[in-house]
Amino acid sequence: MQLVLEKRSERSGTIALVSPLIAIGLTIVTMVILFAILGKNPLLALHAYFIAPLTDGYSLQEIAVKATPLVMIAIGLSLCYLANAWNIGAEGQFLIGAVAGSWIAVKTQGTDAGAWVLPAMLVLAAAAGALYALIPAICKVKFGASEILTSLMLVYVADLFLDYLVRGPWRDPHGFNFPITAEFDPVATVPLLIEGGRLHLGSIIALLVVAAAAILLGRTIKGFEIRVVGAAPRAARFGGFNANQLIILTFAVSGALAGLAGIIEVAGPVGHLQPGISPGYGFTAIIVAFLGRLNPLGILIAGLFLALTFIGGEQAQIAMKIPLDVTKVFQGILLFYVLACDSLILYRFKLVFPNRKVVARGAG
Amino acid sequence: MQAHQRMLDPTPNGQHSVESPLLRTIGLTKRYGDFLANDCIDIEIRPREIHALLGENGAGKSTLVRAIYGLIQPSAGEIHWQGERIVLSGPSEARSRGIGMVFQHFSLFDNLTVAENVALGLDGKESFKDMSARLEQVSKTYGLPLDPRREVWQLSVGERQRIEIVRALMQDPKFLILDEPTAVLTPQEADQLFIVLDRLKAEGRAILYISHKLEEVKRLCDTATILRGGRKVETCNPRLETAASLARMMVGGEVKEVKGASGRKTTVPRLVVNDLSLAPVEAHGVRLEHISFELKGGEILGIAGVAGNGQDELFAALSGERLAKDPGTVVIEGIAAGHLSITQRRKLGAAFVPEERLGHGTAPRMRLSENALLTGHAASGMVHRGFIDTAATLRTVDRATETFGVRKAKRDPEAASLSGGNLQKFIVGREILRNPAVLVVSQPTWGVDAGAAAVIRQALLDLATAGAAVLVTSQDLDELAEIADRIAVMFHGKLSAPLSAREASREKLGLLMGGSSLQPKEIAHAAGA
Ligand SMILES: Nc1ncnc2c1ncn2[C@@H]1O[C@H](COP(=O)(O)OP(=O)(O)OP(=O)(O)O)[C@@H](O)[C@H]1O
Ligand SMILES: [Mg+2]
Repeated sequence: MQLVLEKRSERSGTIALVSPLIAIGLTIVTMVILFAILGKNPLLALHAYFIAPLTDGYSLQEIAVKATPLVMIAIGLSLCYLANAWNIGAEGQFLIGAVAGSWIAVKTQGTDAGAWVLPAMLVLAAAAGALYALIPAICKVKFGASEILTSLMLVYVADLFLDYLVRGPWRDPHGFNFPITAEFDPVATVPLLIEGGRLHLGSIIALLVVAAAAILLGRTIKGFEIRVVGAAPRAARFGGFNANQLIILTFAVSGALAGLAGIIEVAGPVGHLQPGISPGYGFTAIIVAFLGRLNPLGILIAGLFLALTFIGGEQAQIAMKIPLDVTKVFQGILLFYVLACDSLILYRFKLVFPNRKVVARGAG
Repeated sequence: MQAHQRMLDPTPNGQHSVESPLLRTIGLTKRYGDFLANDCIDIEIRPREIHALLGENGAGKSTLVRAIYGLIQPSAGEIHWQGERIVLSGPSEARSRGIGMVFQHFSLFDNLTVAENVALGLDGKESFKDMSARLEQVSKTYGLPLDPRREVWQLSVGERQRIEIVRALMQDPKFLILDEPTAVLTPQEADQLFIVLDRLKAEGRAILYISHKLEEVKRLCDTATILRGGRKVETCNPRLETAASLARMMVGGEVKEVKGASGRKTTVPRLVVNDLSLAPVEAHGVRLEHISFELKGGEILGIAGVAGNGQDELFAALSGERLAKDPGTVVIEGIAAGHLSITQRRKLGAAFVPEERLGHGTAPRMRLSENALLTGHAASGMVHRGFIDTAATLRTVDRATETFGVRKAKRDPEAASLSGGNLQKFIVGREILRNPAVLVVSQPTWGVDAGAAAVIRQALLDLATAGAAVLVTSQDLDELAEIADRIAVMFHGKLSAPLSAREASREKLGLLMGGSSLQPKEIAHAAGA
């Protein structure tokens, strides 16, 4: 007996919708086994991860705050992935955006610069993220270099660059030698939505980005172009669409969104520039994009779900001493299952019996 | 077993054979939503029989054979195999029971060898060496010569089909299904195929044969089952019918004759190609060499030739999918366009219909309205300030549906769900509705039924009458003879000087297609032979 994958004759529409749910289910089963191996009570652990964060207002706000960068980055990535352009380096574009925006904040520190500071930071961060993303895109188009590798490697460059800045030129002189910049001025800070709360203006921007992406993909010729180039490249060329231009465009847009997310994170919840401003948002957003089926609304939901795992992970660490890295394990397993389940849309499992007696019955 | 079955299962009508059916469907039904693609179909296929399955585009032929081959599950009805009811879980089960199928669209990997391609398609556990040996032996036995070590890209369409047939034969099927096998073959290749089929029949195998070429069916097949609108309308002996009577059964009425308007006026040159030479982009492509022709409004120029002699490359150069260095090599409506993109050429009034329907002419997984947008976005008022006018795209779908009789399950389905011929009608319709000044079309009636082919050819003629310049590439010489004013032949990337349709005899064209240039001596020789 043998288990094989067989191509479905018809694409399964139902599975396309439930496959993310199956993936989440399988991930949870795997996590239960993992918790048991770690010697933790799986039920309590699951409660800490998925239920507890939903029960108090502070955690709910925190989920929205964490979902903000995830959703913004994932929307950009989904445009790339729909167009068959594989941007894996959103983490680097996020960091570069944070650095570029912070430059204005650091330079205007303590001056009485006006209300232009924050908008300028946002614009500069988006531009820097876009430019940084254009490096792999141009290498791809001009030299055929794999954008997967180049975009990924540029993450480490960005990471080390940020590290250098906060340890060197931008270090807060009154910061006890910690590698951080001084706390940003109020004009360089993203305003809160609720006084004393955590929710900030960035979440509204993220929602606007979701709406814009939905309109772009559903209603405009550009969105159509993105979808055709990815779905049927040859037909797209016949339609007069240029795949290379689209690689450049989608990388630039996704870099801009990642950069914007970066500065919003730094000028919002964090308040200053320091290493480790991202718990891997740029990578987790890849999972968000696929879990959301590269659909803007799906990405919004998936972003909230993965934000939940970040908060849940913190709670599980506090309550049950489960290592924080388990969250990353969870996210990795989830991506694995999401991609695996996606193949079920086009394929199905089938048991094959090499024993041909069944066959012989008809002929004999 | 055979004798035993015969007693148990008396043959209801023993008109061609006394043997009991090998395969039988009872009330086979396939429903897509509210749409019945197959409606209660009973069909019986006996050993030693070549059974034709006829019907218009969208009649449900492919659906029926896909159900028999286990690719789709019927919604109702039964399939009986050698007298026993079976429910197929998939094609591999069908294969293991002795049902083989050759698809119209090949599933081969260009960069793999013949043997590697065959190995990928077999379920067996045999070693690669044994398999290669058996492959050579099977291909020799049936007179289907194949070198297992050649890579597929080097092979002609006919040879590629041979791979698919040999692959099917290596499973020693009792029953072989062929879905439009001759649509892509040259007449010579088709003749070779018929010899093989006759031989398979003599060996006691049964064959189910789908084709739109009725003369061929009359010559080859013992029985014909005719489908119309998903229902079976008749089972008959095609040898006792005429092509016209078969066509009548298929459409349930008379088939229209194609009428060219007499005395079509040619006007100004609308498409001119000046000494176009292009190196191939792909490793396996053909180099275009010094191609020149002039096509006036009101004129139809046919390009004949065996597939793979540069027709695809010429299409790409004309459409702008490939750009020429010198703008003057392609002139559309008096404007040098060699350097212009396909969108800009469309704006000049050109329209294009490529040979491949799925994946080139349309995005298979997108709706028809989106596929209307694919070629209409530049010049058909479907886009306003970057926003898509969905109503306008749907209007194009409706108009193409109405004008060309496209049959489909709902108003705006995915392109891939249309039957091959209906999709072709949609693609041709989509372009003709734009009233182009220049239409470049490849294989316009490839796999299209007689009725629809007449509609499409008529539309091309009408377009020319209205003043457009039409360039038709086709392997079907009869089609070119029917509609073209002049015919040129493509061979190894070169285009012969066009002959007027009257002087272009089959013999002359055949010689040109084989690569000879028309020297008086050779014509005499061909005539003598
Ligand atoms: N997956 C599907 N979903 C919806 N409708 C379908 C699907 N597959 C086929 N159909 C419809 O069923 C009808 C029969 O299609 P089928 O492919 O069997 O036609 P056919 O007789 O083979 O035609 P052709 O000669 O053009 O190949 C068509 O109208 C087609 O639109
Ligand atoms: Mg068909």
